[in-house]
Amino acid sequence: MLKQIEGSRGIAEGVALCRPQVICAYPITPQTHIVEGLGEMVKTGELAACEFINVESEFAALSVAIGSSAAGVRTYTATSSQGLLFMAEAVYNASGLGLPIVMTIGNRAIGAPINIWNDHSDAMSMRDAGWIQLYAETNQEALDLHIQAFRLAEELSCPVMVCMDGFILTHAYERIEVPAQEDVDAYLPPFEPRQVLDPAEPVTIGAMVGPEAFTEVRYLAHHKQMRALDRIPQLAAEFAARFGRDSGGLIRPYRTEGAETIVVSLGSINGTVQEVVDEMRAEGVAIGSVGITSFRPFPLAALRETLAGAKRVVVLEKCLAVGLGGIVSDGVRKSLSGIQLNGYTVVAGLGGRAITRVSLRRLFDDALRDALAQVTFLDLNTDLIEHELEREANARRTGPTAEALLRRLGAVSARIG
Amino acid sequence: MRAGWLHRTREARLGIAGRPATEVEPVLQVRMHGRGGQGVVSGAEMLSVAAFHEGRHAQAFPSFGSERMGAPVMAFCRIDDRPIRLREPVMAPDVLVIQDATLLHQVDLFNGLSPDGYVLLNSRQGYEALGLGDLMRRMRPERLLALPATDIALEHVGRAVPNVPLLGAFAALTGIVHLDSVVAAIRGKFAGRLAETNVAAVHAAYEQTRRLLETTHA
Repeated sequence: MLKQIEGSRGIAEGVALCRPQVICAYPITPQTHIVEGLGEMVKTGELAACEFINVESEFAALSVAIGSSAAGVRTYTATSSQGLLFMAEAVYNASGLGLPIVMTIGNRAIGAPINIWNDHSDAMSMRDAGWIQLYAETNQEALDLHIQAFRLAEELSCPVMVCMDGFILTHAYERIEVPAQEDVDAYLPPFEPRQVLDPAEPVTIGAMVGPEAFTEVRYLAHHKQMRALDRIPQLAAEFAARFGRDSGGLIRPYRTEGAETIVVSLGSINGTVQEVVDEMRAEGVAIGSVGITSFRPFPLAALRETLAGAKRVVVLEKCLAVGLGGIVSDGVRKSLSGIQLNGYTVVAGLGGRAITRVSLRRLFDDALRDALAQVTFLDLNTDLIEHELEREANARRTGPTAEALLRRLGAVSARIG
Repeated sequence: MRAGWLHRTREARLGIAGRPATEVEPVLQVRMHGRGGQGVVSGAEMLSVAAFHEGRHAQAFPSFGSERMGAPVMAFCRIDDRPIRLREPVMAPDVLVIQDATLLHQVDLFNGLSPDGYVLLNSRQGYEALGLGDLMRRMRPERLLALPATDIALEHVGRAVPNVPLLGAFAALTGIVHLDSVVAAIRGKFAGRLAETNVAAVHAAYEQTRRLLETTHA
């Protein structure tokens, strides 16, 4: 059924169609409306045969999810930002134990300074925790990815994070086709766990493993994700056949035929990038873009195939490896091993800063002239930086940096973009 | 570009029986300003739902500022015949809705506004009295409207939430969405008595706007 609803509401309805049996969440900021919606559906009975467990923290949320998944039931939770960091230890446990939990990340920045707005720092901090990470471009894709995620997670016994941009998607009203229950049931069979904590047939899950087998356990986790590289496109194709929509897959190339310049990015910013690509293509510029949907496993081969013919690649990322530059860029460069082309990292949209068409156009024009630095911070306020550096050079007790920058800026509420 | 929407008459945009014309139009962009607690965000959401009821693609989202009572708040709505990919804030609005006139001296409200655009202002006073004479001379005066939306909300809903009356005025002034679609959006958002009082408020604002337009631009 086609609906005009908030992204979070759409995800709640999509998750409910997947018939989760346990949902646990810590309902305070940084949480989204997703679990609020699901809690309501459990209470009204709209989502039957499901237990909603309110817990005392994000650490508890994922710990309960681990318990229920190990007991053999389909389990879901959601978090973002500081909440994901607080559950970090359990994040590694869930994947280490091979438990197919699906968790939504409503991507937000990580403090300090306190910032509740969108970027990809939270999910990126867990990129090597052994979870599959899928990034949605629209709310429709976010809903669709959840259905695919349960199928993928349970097939492989591996947890999946579905990442969707906080606020930009979670708080946006747009049209979403909410699928029919029978179609979801046909696509997503009941959960058949590989391991179950069952008093009738007692087993131990999570025993100590020493040097004799730890490497092999980790190798098998890696092997699962390599298998996911094959399964993700297959599941997307099967999804398209049943639901009539292209959602998911490893990467999404856009107008890359004959493109000399290709922009790579993750998540909702792809839409704005495509607008600029269209504008420049209309002027005869050979430019295209690629959205990475599957960040873990990282689609090295698919990217290599798409990017190999280009002269330059601009990786636009909403995260920063402090002291290095890009995080996504690292993988993109690996995919291009042995291929000579110019690669640029652009850090953009941190802490919710709007990424505008005007800024992207200027950036891509600079890229075309190969006038970009290896690492560029989009729309960086250099006056503000220089003023602060000068202040720090001239005095010792300059006080807290973030507050000094805000004072220098004055009224921030007046800013529109 | 966007001006396509604005250069057509209200009647042409609405087409026959209130249905929008079917040919492809460029995206229409709305920016709403207000203060936390005035329903700015739900106003944009309901507008997107109204457009959705007319078969259009629509996108509504809040500005990502601090959401607290009284703080300046923005929300955006885009309406198009094609899927909307753009995610940036509305930098160049075709329609500007100002829910709180005290923002006039605090926020750069008119930034990026098209000279052919519409301005809908919640105020008992006119543009001239509010010191907006320059704006009137820069814009098309028949596209600027001031309406005491808070008074209408207080009368019908009993709360100082001007968002719904302003949607009624939006429909009457711009013709971009039909009143029936706005009413349907309100009924989707509210239930019971609250739905009825808000529907009464939107009708009142719609009628008052039409009367204002007739007297001012007859």
